[in-house]
Amino acid sequence: MRVTLQVWRQANTDARGEFKTYQVDDIKEDMSFLEMLDVLNERLTIQGEEPITFDSDCREGICGTCGVMVNGQAHGPEAATATCQLHMRSFQDGDTITVEPWRAGAFPVLKDLMVDRAAFDEIIASGGFISVPTGSAPDANLIPVPKSVAEAAMDAAACIGCAACVAACPNSAANLFTAAKVAQLNMLPQGQPERWDRVLNMVETMESYFGSCTNHGECEKACPKSISIDFIAIMNRDYVKAKFKNRRLVSQQG
Amino acid sequence: MTMTLDSKIPDGPISDKWENHKFSMKLVNPNNKRKFNVLVVGTGLGGAAAAASLAELGYNVDVFTYHDSPRRAHSIAAQGGINAAKNYHGDGDSIFRLFYDTVKGGDFRSREANVHRLAEVSVDIIDQATAQGVPFAREYGGLLDNRSFGGAQVSRTFYARGQTGQQLLLGAYSSLMRQVGLGTVKLHTKIEMLDVVVKDGRAVGIVTRDLVNGEIRSWSGHAVVLATGGYSNVYYLSTNAMYCNATAAWRAHRRGAAFANPCYTQIHPTCIPQSDEFQSKLTLMSESLRNDGRIWVPKNPDDTRRARDIPESERDYYLERIYPSFGNLAPRDVSSRAAKRAVDAGNGVGPLKNGVYLDFADAISRLGHDKVEERYSNLFEMYERITDENPYETPMRIYPAPHYTMGGLWVDYNLMTTVPGLYAIGEANFSDHGANRLGASALMQGLADGYFVLPYTIGDYLAGWLNTPVVPTDDPAFAAVEDETKERVAGFLASRGTRTVDDFHRQLGRLVWDYCGMSRDESGLDKAISEIPALYEEFKSDVKVLGTGDSLNQTLEKAGRVDDFFQLATLMCVDARHREESCGGHFREEYQTEDGEALRDDENYAYVAAWEWTGDISNPVLHKEDLEFENVKLATRSYK
Repeated sequence: MRVTLQVWRQANTDARGEFKTYQVDDIKEDMSFLEMLDVLNERLTIQGEEPITFDSDCREGICGTCGVMVNGQAHGPEAATATCQLHMRSFQDGDTITVEPWRAGAFPVLKDLMVDRAAFDEIIASGGFISVPTGSAPDANLIPVPKSVAEAAMDAAACIGCAACVAACPNSAANLFTAAKVAQLNMLPQGQPERWDRVLNMVETMESYFGSCTNHGECEKACPKSISIDFIAIMNRDYVKAKFKNRRLVSQQG
Repeated sequence: MTMTLDSKIPDGPISDKWENHKFSMKLVNPNNKRKFNVLVVGTGLGGAAAAASLAELGYNVDVFTYHDSPRRAHSIAAQGGINAAKNYHGDGDSIFRLFYDTVKGGDFRSREANVHRLAEVSVDIIDQATAQGVPFAREYGGLLDNRSFGGAQVSRTFYARGQTGQQLLLGAYSSLMRQVGLGTVKLHTKIEMLDVVVKDGRAVGIVTRDLVNGEIRSWSGHAVVLATGGYSNVYYLSTNAMYCNATAAWRAHRRGAAFANPCYTQIHPTCIPQSDEFQSKLTLMSESLRNDGRIWVPKNPDDTRRARDIPESERDYYLERIYPSFGNLAPRDVSSRAAKRAVDAGNGVGPLKNGVYLDFADAISRLGHDKVEERYSNLFEMYERITDENPYETPMRIYPAPHYTMGGLWVDYNLMTTVPGLYAIGEANFSDHGANRLGASALMQGLADGYFVLPYTIGDYLAGWLNTPVVPTDDPAFAAVEDETKERVAGFLASRGTRTVDDFHRQLGRLVWDYCGMSRDESGLDKAISEIPALYEEFKSDVKVLGTGDSLNQTLEKAGRVDDFFQLATLMCVDARHREESCGGHFREEYQTEDGEALRDDENYAYVAAWEWTGDISNPVLHKEDLEFENVKLATRSYK
């Protein structure tokens, strides 16, 4: 098959970007979308044009490294699919495909289709953990966890941190990403001691980088792991409760 | 300089060695730990766990990753599970049995003392991860669930759906980020290590390149820890991630670290067969599928019927037939070679006849669709996404693919390489898996090294350097390595040849796969040893790298990695050529039993082959560490 690509090219964070058009002939349906870009890049190199920079690593939808807007949709047209799992059989022969980087104020473009998502690490560093120094843990079976709770925590923990939720959100909000971690840890018995501090700190860090959630639900639709926006409700509930419950603040409330 | 291999295995009975060693090692007083700087390269299970644990102890830690976030490391892709000798199911497991299974599974080419320690700390890993909030699978009573895995007759594998690696890595990552937030770890992302700096015979720092702006600079520390993974991408097509590479380990090797058993590579039995020549990587389907899937091929090579239409009597369930007691759970190397034999004999399935069936029909009728879905839904989805076939209805097609490398930097019992102050942990070292790694043991080893071994053993070295400041980065030793690195990078950019880096990498990968892959023989290896260096010369003069060195340049990054793969590939073949026996993942056609099983030569080859760099890629110097088996009797592995 043959497709026409309109690809965002931008030399660095400070440079002006623009769309460039490429014809890609002799593509097979069973190729992945990124393999199609690999083929284009090899052809560009031979022609003497610098290849397109894009991020991808595991190519099996688990590392969260890849991610581009394909025809305006985060990770492209297929539901619950990371860009690296998208195949050319999802497109028609002769299609024109627009490829852009994630667009969000907190994610500066590094080059072409690659962005800097360091803000996500900051959110985790502010509370996305259970404080358990190495070697201090009790025997694992001393803390029984109801199966339903473990399953729900796993649903939330499946987040791969790709940032499609932010890219898809009209407000560039990171609530789904933040909520997935908050909910995973706040639901588990192990996460209770730090529950209220965790949600306050993570939400505050999130808000210093990202926009506000206004319940569009685009994040859930774009999420390659189908993380449910119910987790945002859990985070919001805990955030409100934390404002009352946080014992750290008791003495300051006069 | 002559290299000596001192394994530093502690005295005493095997079950006391680690305890005694922990007591006899020198300690660094808590108040003194902050006076030491440790550089950790890599943020997978080993690196993240080590960096977090060292920082908790009070050391100053700098951690480096070429990814945009520590959470991207390829440990994340491990699916099936992690072994631990908890014996929660009372089915006869014990530390000694895990130790025994691992030594036997490694085909008696690993170091007993290391493996026993691994089995000992395996139980602590599960405790640690659970306390971190890793959502392991549970039973209805709320206790932890286990599954079985290849090479074991007990259920000792803990798992989190099909995403165990992801969950364990995110657990280690959360501990690491907690320390980053506390300011005890400095995190450096998009920074790639390109060399180690050695002064007066010890590691004093590293040289890195900033992948965004191209800056090449030095970092100094009292010790350097390489947690930089394995080298399966030498084959081009493997289950490793696109960025996985051997540069850090290889550059350390060139600075004096011995490289051990490079020919021990693991070919994973359950991957999706290649579909076309443009394929960029192969995808693994967790080995846990072999718990419930049955492997078969049609008895008739010319059978063109759909799998469902082939009657039972015309199917060959070859693993169950040849290995009745282990059946579909035979170890990886054994299963992989059996699949190769079936495909080579023309019984392969699929459009290219390059796979075998992994069939869930029996499991679905025995357990029900829902139970199978609960266990494997994400794997089935992944398979369908790639192949457009539904494994609930038609059997999966699988074929072996390069997956893991047991070889790596030689380390002593303390995980220190032959360069004092330079450590290697996780897949980057060679120590625990011998010639074949059992399933669910990679996660165990990465976390054991990172959480529970290195944080103890590094203190023994650091204690000797108390109140000695780090070597400053303006020292001539650093300047010299920085200059070499800059020259090397400039060299790739100056070579405006005609072929792409990937084009060369594909050709190299095919050579290594053909001659040093699932099976090897003398004439093929001789051929590879002459052809790879010749292709390497061509690469150096004809590779085409566009762009500049002072900006983000992915082709430039890849050029350096492939350059190192050429050198490493040569060493792999030299090692495979010299080891005139078959063991584990190293299968020499000339050395097999009548049934086609690996034939070891314990008399002559029960040693670790540690190679010293000489400057000539085809002529390294061999050093031997003899392996002694005092607790596990040397025997021919049998899974029948």
